[in-house]
Amino acid sequence: MSIGTAVDNKSSVPARRNFVSRLWNDKETRSVIIQIIALALMFAFFASLINNAVQNLDRSFSYEFLGQPANYDINQTLIEYDSRSSHLRAMYVGIINTLLVAFCGIVLATVLGFILGVLRLSKNWLTNKIAYVYIEYVRNVPLLLHILLLHGILVHSLPRPKNALNVADGAFLTNRGLFMPKPLPEPIMWAVIGLFIAGILFAFLFRRWAKKVQDETGKIYPVFWISVAAIVVVPVIAFFILGKPVAWDTPELKGFNFRGGMVVRPEFMALWFALSLYTAAFIGEIVRAGILAVSHGQTEASMALGISRGRTLNLVVIPQALRVIVPPLASQYLNITKNSSLALAIGYMDVTATIGGISLNQTGRAIECMLIVMGLYLLFSLLISTFMNWYNNRIKLVER
Amino acid sequence: MKNTLKNAAAVVALSATAFGAQAGTLEDVKARGELNCVVTTGVAGFGAPDDSGKWAGFDVDFCRAVAAAVLGDGEKVNFVPTTGKTRFTVLNSGEGDILFRNTTETMSRDADLKMTFLPVNYYDGQGFMIPSALGVTSAKDLDGASICIQTGTTTELNLADYFRTNGISYEPVPVETNAEAQTNYLGGRCDVFTTDASGLASTRASFEKPGEHIILPEIISKEPLGGAVRHGDDQWADIGKWVVNAIIAAEELGVTQDNIEEMGKAAGDNPSVNRLLGTEGDFGSMIGLDAKWAYRAIAAGGNYGEIFDRNIGPDTAIGLERGLNAQWKDGGILYAAPIR
Repeated sequence: MSIGTAVDNKSSVPARRNFVSRLWNDKETRSVIIQIIALALMFAFFASLINNAVQNLDRSFSYEFLGQPANYDINQTLIEYDSRSSHLRAMYVGIINTLLVAFCGIVLATVLGFILGVLRLSKNWLTNKIAYVYIEYVRNVPLLLHILLLHGILVHSLPRPKNALNVADGAFLTNRGLFMPKPLPEPIMWAVIGLFIAGILFAFLFRRWAKKVQDETGKIYPVFWISVAAIVVVPVIAFFILGKPVAWDTPELKGFNFRGGMVVRPEFMALWFALSLYTAAFIGEIVRAGILAVSHGQTEASMALGISRGRTLNLVVIPQALRVIVPPLASQYLNITKNSSLALAIGYMDVTATIGGISLNQTGRAIECMLIVMGLYLLFSLLISTFMNWYNNRIKLVER
Repeated sequence: MKNTLKNAAAVVALSATAFGAQAGTLEDVKARGELNCVVTTGVAGFGAPDDSGKWAGFDVDFCRAVAAAVLGDGEKVNFVPTTGKTRFTVLNSGEGDILFRNTTETMSRDADLKMTFLPVNYYDGQGFMIPSALGVTSAKDLDGASICIQTGTTTELNLADYFRTNGISYEPVPVETNAEAQTNYLGGRCDVFTTDASGLASTRASFEKPGEHIILPEIISKEPLGGAVRHGDDQWADIGKWVVNAIIAAEELGVTQDNIEEMGKAAGDNPSVNRLLGTEGDFGSMIGLDAKWAYRAIAAGGNYGEIFDRNIGPDTAIGLERGLNAQWKDGGILYAAPIR
């Protein structure tokens, strides 16, 4: 109504009978009215779709099944789970498996992608072309095929447990996965872990302090090497001084399979590698674009100032390239997370396969389960976006 | 704003009629001139396209029988292939009229998923297949084995229960389709493949060397497989139910594809046969069809024994024995309710 009176005041002329037409003739009011109608229609449309689905399916919408026992087993469980656990618990297992493969995928894809991007810019003809062919091949074949191919290769070319490849002391490679000794930390091991965390904290604070000193005096400390020493060397020395306080649970072949230790299953490996190799091709191109976006004059100017090649790269080229790289990189991270749902094809038990797959099947609550899964992926994506936006803001050009 | 609300109400009303829930499936099928039958994506012997792309199999023949009873032609079927996951949604949403897809009748599917199950057309149970070279003779020796299992089936739950009850461990290797299960099993990703015994036989038949695999003696579950329709249309459910009964009864009464024309010409000495073939009484009108409904259903694919032998019987590649699926007079538990 406030809009109406506002319009009334503007046009003082004739009667109230023209109220509607005057509303319509006012450009701003008209646009508001149209937007309200469009929004209402949109709501009505979705309401009718949902209503239609509920009526046709002829049953109530309920999430009660989440508390009931799931009754199925899951092979890769990072938290405690058995067939008596609830569907909700199965969902948590799935969420953790999704996050695990997404995280590992993001890390590996980023590393490979940066290497590929740099290789693509190499002046060496062969290296350059190999990277080029790799990128063009990988990104022009659907990801699902990469996953199926890798899984097929792992399952069919690796030996069965009886003829396992003994790749390292206590580690066996089979087509059922890579079996490795599992560390069982003794209490005193926590001291080493504490030192490690303290090292990270120290490196962080030291970096700050060193930057402050450099800003004030121009004195440069070897921040990288001191950080490495604090994070890696000190805990390692402590580990040996304390007499290697870790017991190992080594896998042993018993009956059909290896028992004990821990295992990286071929489903995880296939999904992880395929996601990483595929996305790395895209990231490679993004990195190449980012580096090319920094004009060569900048490098030359830096060199002319007598700054070393390494510091030029670190202080001039990379910070500017990152500004171009980070936004599209964020969408690649989102792609990895969402594409991890292709796990279904090879039976990796991610969130789509647990709550959106088996639970859905066993309870028949298709709409409820799909809503949960969609909500979860939305949440993951928004979290990654938020983080990447934060990072992007941090590195963007500071304008004064 | 009132106008907007009216508009919204109109849109809701319009779309409700546009997608609207259908009342009479029989009328819909007749008007469409085609039966939408929900089947599997491919299980040899039960439902799969043959070399010429024509759907064939045990379950498929039941689809054809229903189409013949309702539409007068067993070819007027549109097959809707579904996975274990999509089958009920497809039926519930009205995309399919009837389902014949190796589907186990269970209480939750009946009551919670709102299925109305038709009489059981195949009594099955879950079994295990394993390469004979491993020397295993009992499912109790499977401790620690990797087991390929099709997700979205009752077998998944039986498996968890069985191993839990017996206190032995296993690694589940979930697979989505039968084809994927074969690849994983033959590639050695899993030691054992478990599904309904009929499915194991069907899968084994498609192997290069079927002789190198054995099916363990343990049957760990009851799997009464049958057709289903959605809740809420009793007339349609009755049609499905009595077509299945008619096909089973036909074997019991000795009505076959060969002699049905002769027997259906005029009323004979056996009143049961007369009622079945519509030469006496009019049972068809009770379910909204004509008197010759069962005649057409049987003529389309034969009686139960003929359908069984042609698709999955001992002389086929699948090679299943009748076992529990023999007529009750022959030591099985196939027992059709009388048409009277």
